[in-house]
Amino acid sequence: MADHTLDAKGLNCPLPILKARKALKEVPDDGTLEILATDPGAVADFEAFCRQTGNELIEHSEDDGVYRFLIKKTG
Amino acid sequence: MSAEEKSMSIIVTKGSLDWAYPPFILATTAAAMGLPVTMFFTFYGLPLLLKKLNLQVTAAGNPAMKMPMMGMHMGLPNLLTAIPGVDAGCSLMMKNLIKKKGVASIEELRDMAVEAEVRMIACQMTLDLFEYDKADMIEGIDIGGAATYIEVASQSDINLFI
Repeated sequence: MADHTLDAKGLNCPLPILKARKALKEVPDDGTLEILATDPGAVADFEAFCRQTGNELIEHSEDDGVYRFLIKKTG
Repeated sequence: MSAEEKSMSIIVTKGSLDWAYPPFILATTAAAMGLPVTMFFTFYGLPLLLKKLNLQVTAAGNPAMKMPMMGMHMGLPNLLTAIPGVDAGCSLMMKNLIKKKGVASIEELRDMAVEAEVRMIACQMTLDLFEYDKADMIEGIDIGGAATYIEVASQSDINLFI
């Protein structure tokens, strides 16, 4: 289980990223944040976000139009 | 944070509903990615700092504007865009689309920019020129001129003019 879950379903760019940044503040170091989103652009954006901020995108998957991202707070 | 040494500045020159998006989207996202961001509001961009916003689009200013309607994309012949009420109608239509598609409002993005400590500079010359009062602007903004911006830009890795 992730330490925190952010439901960003229905939100469009850049809200999933902005809300994830805020949610990450609540996550302890090396803890994990799970994000659920429906914006297809979020896939490339979370990859870029993690590369840039030094956080680790542990996994991402898609199920029936809902994207799930798991980020480890290492940045 | 790996991005700490990178920074960004944006000159914001346009104040219509559609043109307000790129600077606020990029500023908030860059801030979320760890970049210090400065926005310099000048000419028609300056009113984006007013406490109360009522942003509009102009169809005449965007001849390629098309709205999704009844499964198609509809544009307006240029001549019709001059009819009173057309801009208000286009603005309402766009605001409805924005809400429906889960896109943030400009007010929301601006609040997030303030919260993310994006530095906002109001152009003093534009304040004078168009007779705006700093008291009508949101809290926490700086006032400056071209030299203030150039100093920021000379220290920024990314400088955008929008």
